[in-house]
Amino acid sequence: MAPAKQKILLPAILLANDLLDGDVVFWTEQGWSIDPAQALVARDVAAAERLQQVAAEALARGAVVDAYLVDVALREDGLPVPNHFRERFKIAGPSIRPDLGKQAAFAHLRGRA
Amino acid sequence: MYRYDQFDEAFVRERVAQFRGQVARRIDGSLTEDEFKPLRLKNGVYLQLHAYMLRIAIPYGTLSSVQLRQLALIGERYDRGYGHFTTRQNLQFNWPKLRDIPDILDLLADVGMHCIQTSGNCIRNTTADHFAGAAADEVEDPRPTAELIRQWSTMHPEFDYLPRKFKIAVTGAARDRAAIRAHDIGIQVVRHPVSGEVGYRLFVGGGLGRTPMIGKLVRDFLPKAHLLAYLQSLMRVYNLEGRRDNKYKARVKILVHEIGIEEFRARVEAEFAALDPAAIAADPEEVARIEAYFAPPAFVSLPETSQRLAADRARNAAFDRWVETNTFPHRQPGYAAVTVSLKPVGGVPGDATSDQMRTVADLADAHSFGEIRVSHHQNLILPHVRQDELHALWTGLVAAGLAEANAGLITDIIACPGLDYCALATARSIPIAQAISRRFGSADRQREIGELGIKISGCINACGHHHVGHIGILGLEKSGQESYQVTLGGDATENAAIGQLLGPGITAAEVPDAIERLVAVYLAHRHDGETFAEAVRRLGIEPFKAGFLASQPAEAAHAAA
Repeated sequence: MAPAKQKILLPAILLANDLLDGDVVFWTEQGWSIDPAQALVARDVAAAERLQQVAAEALARGAVVDAYLVDVALREDGLPVPNHFRERFKIAGPSIRPDLGKQAAFAHLRGRA
Repeated sequence: MYRYDQFDEAFVRERVAQFRGQVARRIDGSLTEDEFKPLRLKNGVYLQLHAYMLRIAIPYGTLSSVQLRQLALIGERYDRGYGHFTTRQNLQFNWPKLRDIPDILDLLADVGMHCIQTSGNCIRNTTADHFAGAAADEVEDPRPTAELIRQWSTMHPEFDYLPRKFKIAVTGAARDRAAIRAHDIGIQVVRHPVSGEVGYRLFVGGGLGRTPMIGKLVRDFLPKAHLLAYLQSLMRVYNLEGRRDNKYKARVKILVHEIGIEEFRARVEAEFAALDPAAIAADPEEVARIEAYFAPPAFVSLPETSQRLAADRARNAAFDRWVETNTFPHRQPGYAAVTVSLKPVGGVPGDATSDQMRTVADLADAHSFGEIRVSHHQNLILPHVRQDELHALWTGLVAAGLAEANAGLITDIIACPGLDYCALATARSIPIAQAISRRFGSADRQREIGELGIKISGCINACGHHHVGHIGILGLEKSGQESYQVTLGGDATENAAIGQLLGPGITAAEVPDAIERLVAVYLAHRHDGETFAEAVRRLGIEPFKAGFLASQPAEAAHAAA
């Protein structure tokens, strides 16, 4: 579903679900990645609009589904952390199963949601 | 239990082949997501937070051991080694990959299963009393009726594009264990008070979600042969007049509410009067064929009570407690229906690992004619167990971590997947269930409190049936935090009622203490032998409200000042 036009909150990253696996993926300098640490962070409106453009094109090409911008806070080490708890769970995995989802693969996500 | 005939088999195989083609076309880009989405939903494929989710239909909750083993295999091969049993008596896998789903559907078809109509604006999986065919108190096994409805409603061309989803539940007993009045249509098999003829009592317009309503009586007695004609009439009124302009007002409960049950009934009866029921009814031979599948298994003649069971119970207190809570009176002397709890203390309600599924399948083969049921309470049922064999069964369940003696007690909590999995959720459900379960985990404490159903939903769609929980909990978002509303006095049985809100939302951390205070009010005021639900009905909500609000955190008091 194409994201509705709404006010862009900054900084922001672009996430989606991979069409074939359903995995949560992030837009990076090199295309889509499963690692949120690699996510390209838009810090101004122009950069965020470029991410929206990427989302629209990716949805049209059909490589990903449910692509939308998420506003984040940047940790001291630069890691983007979504401001809303829903996306924190979406990125980390089920809070009740630390052995599943990205939190199992990426140490930097553990105990964060 | 029902087995596919050649038609069923060919139909499902064809459907899998179609979906395989649709997935291939989605992958090669010839179908867009907007074109593909309704196709995947009609085949039970949802996109959740972390992955796709596959919802598998288990018609009226009845499974064979062969089917359960196949589900275990799918869970292991294509998922993460577990599945989630739901309040719709279905099974959901949380991690399938889109590319694998056609293969999963083929494996399901191998054992007479599918995912058809587990989503979309159609008639969904027909549910039934999980003790069907076993319960001592039933007029008749409701499953032949549910199977007839399943066949009639699957791909029914007139009802394939309804205003909204449509759910039907059937019970064969006066005690409603299928929550029929929380469904769009609820059907109760009854005996006519004068003639003794077996027929149906029908309720319409029940449903939970955003606008919870209890089903209203639409027909007090319907001859069995008229069922499909009457359902067609009712569905036709809804299909024509149900709202399509607003999805939040599109369920049949809203139509019934807006025009009133008398007017709705009059329209259904007018439609019905214009039909020829005999022309719509299933061929009596086909009805007989379906009924034959549900003939009772080869029970042996046994005395009403088992001396061996009595001796086993006397020897082992833990077993004795489990028999007390997790067995149900059977229509056949010397047998019992058993609840296999999927609610270990501190566990995830309704989850079962592939190994546990295999254990239950093996135990069903050894002790229950190879038959299993899924209950809407998110537990499994072994419907036909000899009382002599209960101890052997229990020993097998203990080894698999499936012998929690808590059926119907405070730790037998219903919870939707919530924000740990679900894209629609506004808050988590499972951690709340786990915290309450741990708080009240002591066996003695649970027994002291007695029957108490807590039901938790992670959003207003109410998959966790919170409105009809004795205590209901609804997870919402408040100021960027998870917040939980607590309701009291809901009931999913023949005394169906929607719970009332006790006060403002509380944080996740405050929930166990709040439940503790409600339980304390009950224990302080209950009469001898009075259950929590009965006490709430007698006392009303006020003393509980006072207990709930008794110790709101200081900051809330400050904020209110």
